[in-house]
Amino acid sequence: MDGFIESFKQNFLENDRWKYLTNGLITTLEITLFAVMIGFVLGFLVAIVRSTHDKTGRLKILNFICKVYLTVIRGTPMVVQLLITYFVIFGSVNIDKILVAVMAFGINSGAYVAEIVRSGIMSIDNGQLEAGRSLGLNYRQTMLYIIMPQAFKTVLPALANECIVLLKETSVAGYIAVQDLTKGGDIIRSQTYSAFMPLVTVALIYLVMVMILSNLVGRLERRLAKNDRH
Amino acid sequence: MIDIKNLCKDFGEVRVLKNITETIEKGEKVVIIGPSGSGKSTFLRCLNRMENPTSGDIIFDGVNIAKATDKEINRVRQRMGMVFQHFNLFPHLTIKKNITLAPVKLGLMTKEQADERAEELLKTVGLPDKADEYPARLSGGQKQRIAIARALAMNPEVMLFDEPTSALDPEMVGEVLELMKRLADDGMTMVVVTHEMGFAREVASRVMFMADGAILEQNEPEQFFADPKNQRLKDFLSKVL
Repeated sequence: MDGFIESFKQNFLENDRWKYLTNGLITTLEITLFAVMIGFVLGFLVAIVRSTHDKTGRLKILNFICKVYLTVIRGTPMVVQLLITYFVIFGSVNIDKILVAVMAFGINSGAYVAEIVRSGIMSIDNGQLEAGRSLGLNYRQTMLYIIMPQAFKTVLPALANECIVLLKETSVAGYIAVQDLTKGGDIIRSQTYSAFMPLVTVALIYLVMVMILSNLVGRLERRLAKNDRH
Repeated sequence: MIDIKNLCKDFGEVRVLKNITETIEKGEKVVIIGPSGSGKSTFLRCLNRMENPTSGDIIFDGVNIAKATDKEINRVRQRMGMVFQHFNLFPHLTIKKNITLAPVKLGLMTKEQADERAEELLKTVGLPDKADEYPARLSGGQKQRIAIARALAMNPEVMLFDEPTSALDPEMVGEVLELMKRLADDGMTMVVVTHEMGFAREVASRVMFMADGAILEQNEPEQFFADPKNQRLKDFLSKVL
């Protein structure tokens, strides 16, 4: 027990090392939040282009671009995308590393969000589109007022899960020397030469955050299910 | 009112409508019957271009629906109500919102005007207390009556009915047909695809028999049912009557 307390003191209290974790946590949350926002915007746009193409045969060129984007992003590892974004795309530019991480994770997440949202749009019965169009609403209005609200409700739990995945995924940000939560723990380890305490603490922090988010998603799902029983 | 000339529709290799030429006059109640797969629903759906005709013309008030631009077709659809077999109410909106969505979003009415019209229509279809319910809470017959009210909210000049009672439990067919009959009595121009022979006999001003993508026989209902000429129609009537 004394050893445990000693290790705790050494790893977290000495030289204010706990700040590596708190600052790292803030960075992790920052990256996750902004990446989610980029991912959602990008994902919705791509999903609308893809499903409009599937339903009407229009937007051929945009659809092709979206397909390339989805294939490339989903076909390559996140870490590689992050490294390419930092060292190749922004290699010669002096740019904030966190911003690079936000963009890389946002662009990555967008691909997964796109497929989630598209599946939601395609799951809405075609009769809904026909009913809207038969009233004289154009395609855009029908999508906006009739299809999207229903699709969004259907995929909300899946989107929330994507946020959880992204939160954990950001742990590779250390590859471009962003001091996120994981990197923070690793820095402590390299200073104190003890691995257990800092790394397990980092794991616990992730776990608690994921459990909180999962709980929220669960509540959300139950509420949506209740509404369906109207 | 609607002039159909040489209308053809192909699904892939199959020609489901074969060169149909027909005129529907204002105030007519045209009932289309026929075996399933005969093309009657496709014919109806071509009238407001839910299906794109392969060739031919459909002239409605000077607009060729078969070749109209998207903008023109949207304007035509505002004047042609459609009622579907599976109701297609919007499940995420209340009954009142279902009815007012299109007139408000299309800028034809203010929200207040549309709400007022919705309440009027709900009385007409006999469901005045359902304004704030969601569609899932209604029975099939009630859903279809709301679907009719939704179409009527646009003040259409023509109503197209695509097998409006085929998805209903037998005890709910009557209430929907009753409403359609009242609509007919009010002078609405109607084109109805149905299997309800009683409705055809009672309400139609003209009954058409379709088979294999063509209109094989048509007549005013009394003659049509009492004295069918076409052998296919005789066979069909002997099976359904």
